[in-house]
Amino acid sequence: MQNRREMLSHSVKVAAMLAAVGLMPGLAQAQAAAYNTPAFAAKTLAEVMKALGAAMPAESKDVTITGPDIAENGAVVPVGAATTLPGVKRLLMMVEKNPAMLAAMFNVTDAIDANISTRVKMGQSSDVYAVAMMNDGKVLFARKEIKVTLGGCGG
Amino acid sequence: MSRQNEARPRRAILLASAMLVCLAAGAQTKSPADGIAEYRKMLEDGNPADLFEAKGEALWKQRRGPKSASLEACDLGKGPGNVKGAWAEMPRYFADTARVQDLESRLLTCMETLQGLSAAEIAKTPFGRGEQSNVTALATWIAAESRGMRFNVPQGHAEERRFYELGKRAFFFRGGPMDFSCATCHSEEGKRIRLQDLPLLTKNPGDGIGFAAWPAYRVSNGEMWSMQLRLNDCFRQQRFPYPGFASEATIALGSYMGVNAKGALSIAPGLKR
Amino acid sequence: MADPMRIRAQVAGDKATVRVLMSHEMETGQRKDAAGATIAAWHIQEVSAQHNGKTVMTAQWGPAVSKNPFMQFNVKGAKVGDKVTISWVDNKGDKRTDEAVVS
Repeated sequence: MQNRREMLSHSVKVAAMLAAVGLMPGLAQAQAAAYNTPAFAAKTLAEVMKALGAAMPAESKDVTITGPDIAENGAVVPVGAATTLPGVKRLLMMVEKNPAMLAAMFNVTDAIDANISTRVKMGQSSDVYAVAMMNDGKVLFARKEIKVTLGGCGG
Repeated sequence: MSRQNEARPRRAILLASAMLVCLAAGAQTKSPADGIAEYRKMLEDGNPADLFEAKGEALWKQRRGPKSASLEACDLGKGPGNVKGAWAEMPRYFADTARVQDLESRLLTCMETLQGLSAAEIAKTPFGRGEQSNVTALATWIAAESRGMRFNVPQGHAEERRFYELGKRAFFFRGGPMDFSCATCHSEEGKRIRLQDLPLLTKNPGDGIGFAAWPAYRVSNGEMWSMQLRLNDCFRQQRFPYPGFASEATIALGSYMGVNAKGALSIAPGLKR
Repeated sequence: MADPMRIRAQVAGDKATVRVLMSHEMETGQRKDAAGATIAAWHIQEVSAQHNGKTVMTAQWGPAVSKNPFMQFNVKGAKVGDKVTISWVDNKGDKRTDEAVVS
């Protein structure tokens, strides 16, 4: 039975081969949509939405944000953004009091659930936003306050 | 009652609103301890320690060093190449080196004798760099191969018993500018520093606690911490010089804690704040 | 070349839950070293996911995503034996692609 490393190195070889013949899946598309530097430098919700060319979001019960009430450490805060509405284009995660508000932006296709989780850094206790940008131009959000504590020594 | 309320309406209203706020806060945010427990649970799935585990497994099998050999012939106490359950029985006495060794000390032995790497050089290398980061990755994987097993650190050999006593002495030895010892923080039940519980290490503190919680990934600095690094940081916090990587004193402390933790379930590699 | 990702893809009903752990510093560019010099930003910027070769999700990340990032999402209609491929590119142009089989 292959161990993990062998399996992974095999996949890397496959990927390298595909890249060599210009068939690297996904990356070409990812690079085609240029990295939105202004959006990731924006400090306020208004600035982020402007950089994304989108309307200001309206609060909606159809968008959910999951996360802890208290994060023991701001370096790793699990956050989930989801909506049950059809026709989602993008899901965004933002931390209001971070130096730049936008943490992550996911382009949703019909092939996945509009339900994505990741972990973000929070500089301090803050409101965290899940924003859903819909295909029809509507922008909706849900918000949750997450407190960040400083742990002590040890542990 | 209502008469009193009429007589002192402001106070009653203030009291009532204070109670409502407390109740509301309690209902929404739970106690801080519950909140922290929920946070830790959310992080359980997807422990970055997995990355180090995978790296360690690869390193065990990879031909490296001047001798271009793998570590698959390394004896961790259960026979050459037998990794499952080895962590739960360390530190222990090894006949070939005629001394008690913990996991990281034993890895140095194997990396030197099998692969031709320099144990002294690795011991001098700071944590997180060069071969030290490889030792940490190896320790992470080897500990993971004892996941779910209960600690059973041997005391059958006279040297193993001597090291236990040495470890006990080291544990209670006060020194440094703060006159701290390990016991200052770890010899009483129910102690904590801010939000961190301090496990009682003079006996078995419970499954997955204390000795049984390491190696662990620390989210606060994104580092993988082996037991040697954990000890290093304890000494740093005591403002006490670190006795040196895989030194007798650190192995002895591992013996003391490991024997005390007999029967505790190992959860390594764990996740810490 | 960066360390490999750990990808788990498990069928649950008519979907597969994909969990990814990536090995990356995700340096924000806000921190200073001991000498007071700013440590340069170094983080994953683009992520993409394929199911049997078809792109199902792309993402852009800022430096606020945690170090050694974790990501979880569900792929509709994935079956045992299907392939899930995850790729990332960071701001220095370093890349990584790893693959897993849905189980």
